[in-house]
Amino acid sequence: MQLNKHANGLLSIYFTAGYPSLDSTLQIAKMLEEAGADFLEIGFPYSDPVADGPVIQHSSEVALQNGMNIPLLFEQLKNLREQVSIPVFLMGYFNPVLQYGIENFCKSCKEVGVNGVIIPDLPMYEYEELYRDIFEENGISNIFLVTPQTSEERIRYIDNLSTGFIYVLSSNATTGKTLEVKESSAAYYQKLKDMDLKNPLVIGFGISSAQTFQKATEYAQGAIVGSAFVKLLGEPDYMDKIPSFIQGIKGL
Amino acid sequence: MSKYQVNEKGYYGPFGGAYIPEMLYPNVEELRQQYLAIMQDKSFQEEFQQLLRDYVGRPSPLYHAQRLSERYNANIFLKREDLNHTGAHKINNTIGQILLAERLGKKRIIAETGAGQHGVATATVCALKGLECVVYMGEMDIQRQAPNVARMKMMGAQVVAAQSGSKTLKDATNEALRDWINNPVDTHYIIGSVVGPHPYPDLVARFQSIISEETKKQLLEKTGNDQPDYVMACVGGGSNAAGMFYHFLDDETVKLIAVEAAGHGVNSGESAATTALGREGVLHGSRSILMQTEDGQVVEPYSISAGLDYPGIGPQHAWLFKSGRGQYVSITDDEAMQAGLRLTQLEGIIPAIESSHALAYLEKMTFSGKENVVICLSGRGDKDLDNYMKYFNL
Ligand SMILES: Cc1ncc(COP(=O)(O)O)c(C=O)c1O
Repeated sequence: MQLNKHANGLLSIYFTAGYPSLDSTLQIAKMLEEAGADFLEIGFPYSDPVADGPVIQHSSEVALQNGMNIPLLFEQLKNLREQVSIPVFLMGYFNPVLQYGIENFCKSCKEVGVNGVIIPDLPMYEYEELYRDIFEENGISNIFLVTPQTSEERIRYIDNLSTGFIYVLSSNATTGKTLEVKESSAAYYQKLKDMDLKNPLVIGFGISSAQTFQKATEYAQGAIVGSAFVKLLGEPDYMDKIPSFIQGIKGL
Repeated sequence: MSKYQVNEKGYYGPFGGAYIPEMLYPNVEELRQQYLAIMQDKSFQEEFQQLLRDYVGRPSPLYHAQRLSERYNANIFLKREDLNHTGAHKINNTIGQILLAERLGKKRIIAETGAGQHGVATATVCALKGLECVVYMGEMDIQRQAPNVARMKMMGAQVVAAQSGSKTLKDATNEALRDWINNPVDTHYIIGSVVGPHPYPDLVARFQSIISEETKKQLLEKTGNDQPDYVMACVGGGSNAAGMFYHFLDDETVKLIAVEAAGHGVNSGESAATTALGREGVLHGSRSILMQTEDGQVVEPYSISAGLDYPGIGPQHAWLFKSGRGQYVSITDDEAMQAGLRLTQLEGIIPAIESSHALAYLEKMTFSGKENVVICLSGRGDKDLDNYMKYFNL
């Protein structure tokens, strides 16, 4: 499924399934929709999350200790579409998906109404050669990442292969660093904007405040907040704080 | 093209590839496009050969172990990687990679280490070349391997404790990969074994292939035949084994025996016998065989030998195992420790506990007196004295 290319100011929130407690996943998703999030990324935890900084690493570790895994997550999401209507993407690393089975995974996504997946360590070559048909048959978007180091040629290639949105990394970094919009990154965002790609752009990694959200959405249709939200989930009474967190980011 | 070597897509049979996030793509792609051309360049080869000779001390001897041969009723040869500078085969790879990094214009070197042998070998070549060096090491391992930490620091390396996960080699590797993601332009990651995304398994194997290249010449001189009946090596990630097997891969009369660490026993729950316990999966950028739970979480391995304490093996080994070209076996802590003591008493050589695993497998083989057997003695036991002392109450 494709996000609206002409939308603007879309806010997506990332959080790890099974964190802070095993059965918090769906409640958090529901609360986020009510609070005004425009779409969601639900992470499934992995023991070796190389693209993540300490905050998301910690949430993955706790989620695994709590007993979260892919079969259980799909079980929890069985009634997702009775409770949540905004787009939902699953995000995580390749090995747990491989063990669950790629085809099973796509089918389960379709069954519960998940719109797409983000698997940073699934290479484009393998996706195209081996898995693309399975994703497409099930109507599941596979989201690719681009970074400031990604060549224009490769960005075009990714755009052709993408069906949901393009996940634009604010910088070449692991999650949880604070975004600085330097001249070089502004130039990078501008370049992407000017390329007039067929997919909408969503900027992620390092978006943590109204200010960084606003900067990012000057160039892109949306932005994703991850570590800053996961940090909130570590606080007491986090549920009550979700609405003001979302309003804070959206600058309302 | 050998069916056991990497193909143009970066695979060994179904194993290998480059399962990396986009943030690592430019670095890994740069390496992939350039490594063969750089390595085949004349100036590279000259400097590499000169350093291997004058700095590392190669060729390493192929030693006919008389008393060991008598015990097992075979001609047993030890390939003496333990006599290399810094005490193990690891330096063959770090010399090669530092020259590669220099030619790629990199200014900063990162590495992971378990026991500290690869960390020391990396810190050594960085001192040699005056490059900044950061070594990631599990917090647990830093405590267990104090002398190697001190060596790295003396050579000017910064040793950073990996505090994530189980705080051992697997997590040190994760931290090194994270560092590389955050430093995409000027940094080269010197991986210590034949693991990681393509082209690492191939490039590390090429640098280690000097082991079998020399062995063939030395065997021909000593026995009149450059084909032994068996070659044997221990396997953590598998770099000394990859180097020991390299020039014998297509010669199917040469039997390849790879020895993994069984820890307290394959089924004890405390083991690192990857081929016995693992399934196909993806870790640290390649598709291989790894120890994991049913839902794909990587399991923490155990071995008395820190260098074999890794939950995966390189993709080429996964392929040699699956295709049946190599025989993959395992040896427990106890068997390895006894084999280490035995070599010391029969030959006056104290082996690294990693290498003792390969030696221990001799006990399980039977020979007719005629076979030529080469064992890679991947490292010396100095770093393991503490362990030997505790184990044998010395
Ligand atoms: C002496 C020695 N042998 C073997 C190994 C295992 O590594 P590999 O399997 O890559 O040869 C190590 C690793 O630290 C080592 O120090």
